[in-house]
Amino acid sequence: MAEIFVLAEHRRGELRDITFEMLTKGKELAEKTNGELTAVLLGKNVKEHAEKLSTRAKRVLVVEDDKLENFNSEAYQKVMMHLIKERKPLLTMIGHTSFGMDLAPSLAASLNTPLATDCIDLAFENGTLTVTRQMYGGKVNVKATLKPAETYIVTVRQAAFPAEETALNGEIVEMPSPLSEEIAEKRFIEYVLPPPGGVDITAAEVLVGIGRGIKDESNIPLVEELAKALGGVLACSRPIVDKGWLPNDRQVGTSGKTVKPKLYIALGISGAFQHVLGMKNSDLIIAVNKDPKAPIFNVADYGIVEDLFKVVPQLKDKILELKG
Amino acid sequence: MDIIVCVKHVPETAEAEIRIDSTGKNIEKTGLVYDINEWDDYAVEEAVRIKEKLGGTVTAITVGPEDADSTLRKCLARGADKAIRLTDPAFEGSDGYATAKILYKAIKDMPFDVIFTGAQAGDDGYAMVGPILAELLGIPHATMVKKIELKDGAAKVNRELEGGLEEIVEVKLPAVLTIQTGINEPRYVSIMGIRKAMKKEITVLGLSELGLNANEVGEAGSWIKIEKLYVPPVEKQAEFIEGSPEEVAAKIAEILKAKGLI
Ligand SMILES: Cc1cc2nc3c(=O)[nH]c(=O)nc-3n(C[C@H](O)[C@H](O)[C@H](O)COP(=O)(O)OP(=O)(O)OC[C@H]3O[C@@H](n4cnc5c(N)ncnc54)[C@H](O)[C@@H]3O)c2cc1C
Ligand SMILES: Nc1ncnc2c1ncn2[C@@H]1O[C@H](COP(=O)(O)O)[C@@H](O)[C@H]1O
Repeated sequence: MAEIFVLAEHRRGELRDITFEMLTKGKELAEKTNGELTAVLLGKNVKEHAEKLSTRAKRVLVVEDDKLENFNSEAYQKVMMHLIKERKPLLTMIGHTSFGMDLAPSLAASLNTPLATDCIDLAFENGTLTVTRQMYGGKVNVKATLKPAETYIVTVRQAAFPAEETALNGEIVEMPSPLSEEIAEKRFIEYVLPPPGGVDITAAEVLVGIGRGIKDESNIPLVEELAKALGGVLACSRPIVDKGWLPNDRQVGTSGKTVKPKLYIALGISGAFQHVLGMKNSDLIIAVNKDPKAPIFNVADYGIVEDLFKVVPQLKDKILELKG
Repeated sequence: MDIIVCVKHVPETAEAEIRIDSTGKNIEKTGLVYDINEWDDYAVEEAVRIKEKLGGTVTAITVGPEDADSTLRKCLARGADKAIRLTDPAFEGSDGYATAKILYKAIKDMPFDVIFTGAQAGDDGYAMVGPILAELLGIPHATMVKKIELKDGAAKVNRELEGGLEEIVEVKLPAVLTIQTGINEPRYVSIMGIRKAMKKEITVLGLSELGLNANEVGEAGSWIKIEKLYVPPVEKQAEFIEGSPEEVAAKIAEILKAKGLI
């Protein structure tokens, strides 16, 4: 019976959400293809993770090895190659995360297995894999099929599927580690934590988020005044930090912070998923963008299609007026 | 250090209106402005900085149409020494895998210490070309690199993880590093630089020069076949507030007041 593999992602002792999201989708795919859902867990001392995963899959394949303690694409690739060759799963699901992006493409190339990355949906239609992904910063969706093959690999976008709890009683299967030689080419050294201090945007009730639409560093005081009028704090999309206009503790998104303020005002932010994942659960979202098709309008409660430089000063004045 | 940088010529779409063309498998390209992929801009800058410090050469390489010369010229103006364009009608419709194969054929006999790619291309967003190229070349890789320290025969790099976390890994050289935005601040290119770049030669290679077969590239040589493009369905469309900026501002202020936010 064909298996659907979900590669568990864990870091610093914790299973990451993407794992459970993939298991939700993997379960559905397994049912539809008359297959079996298998969680694949690589690591060192990961019994606890295995127990947790066993409630959500038919089985958990566990490979433990000192060399798998921290993620290392070289070691992971060798083990995954071995497992895929041996068990020929119909599909291997890996997160489209820093971990998955470092592993999946070279793994697929080494096996000559078709790969689709950053998928937001997956289906098997007459035995071929159909995927949905996005292009052009989320402005266009694409339906694509993969080249017919015995086994496929995909990476799955974070939060594309819900993490549903199930009460399965999967078997835990310990596999011997196929790693015999040293991992010679790549070495994990250490984690670097973000520097402490600065402003905690996750604690703010009101955030004014600015994006590339702000055009120039010299325009920041203008939006800062709006933030001040609202008793809020300035946050931003990634390009603003990349340019050094705001410190990185202000960045919202997958590689920045996840925020959930009472109010998030997005100014000149297009709404790339990496940004949206960090703010979509805000209570009230208002977006100002010149482009009526900007994806940010698909998560905002209120949208204003306008030049932010025309709206922001007016808005600040009206707020101050109402505050009296 | 001899560094090869893979660059892609992509349409700027953040502010443009995108229309799907009559085939339903592509977007209408006319009227769009093209430029170097954002991530590759950082990659070229990083390569030039290393060259300035340690000596060596920087070669920019692209798979793309003749128009991609403007992106290569930008790299030359930045300080790249050589530019190569891989162009053939057979390359059209290549996905990340086929593109990596084309790059592999061109690069495999070139001398290099390290190859840079962008972490992803802003148009297709595959984030796969760099690590696949590494695998084809049989060399290691590290993705989403935000800091590079070159040592004897190895690169110590910071990889960006989620939520502000990074990890430091060491990879043996030669290797492929995929560069994340923010690693540096790309310099402005001077008029002089652009003028000089216009005079430099761009090497152009096609299918047969690279020793490729038509079925290894394009759609035939790809893993992914695009069936159709469509506008993303909206789960939750914002309520649009219309009027003059002043009216709009007044309405938002009212909403905020009603919700107790002011
Ligand atoms: C691995 C990875 C991690 C990432 N992590 C993050 C992250 O954590 N956070 C993040 O934000 N991004 C992240 N990104 C980047 C992300 O993909 C986008 O590139 C980024 O979010 C775009 O920022 P933006 O919306 O400010 O810029 P753009 O996409 O360039 O959008 C600018 C917008 O401003 C509008 N605009 C321009 N002028 C005006 C004006 N005068 N008035 C009104 N509107 C105007 C335009 O119409 C456009 O919609 C990540 C990318 C990668 C690959
Ligand atoms: N057509 C191309 N020519 C040269 N390099 C490319 C091309 N497509 C992708 N790349 C490189 O691979 C990186 C990742 O692209 P992708 O895997 O398509 O997201 C880009 O940032 C480029 O460095």
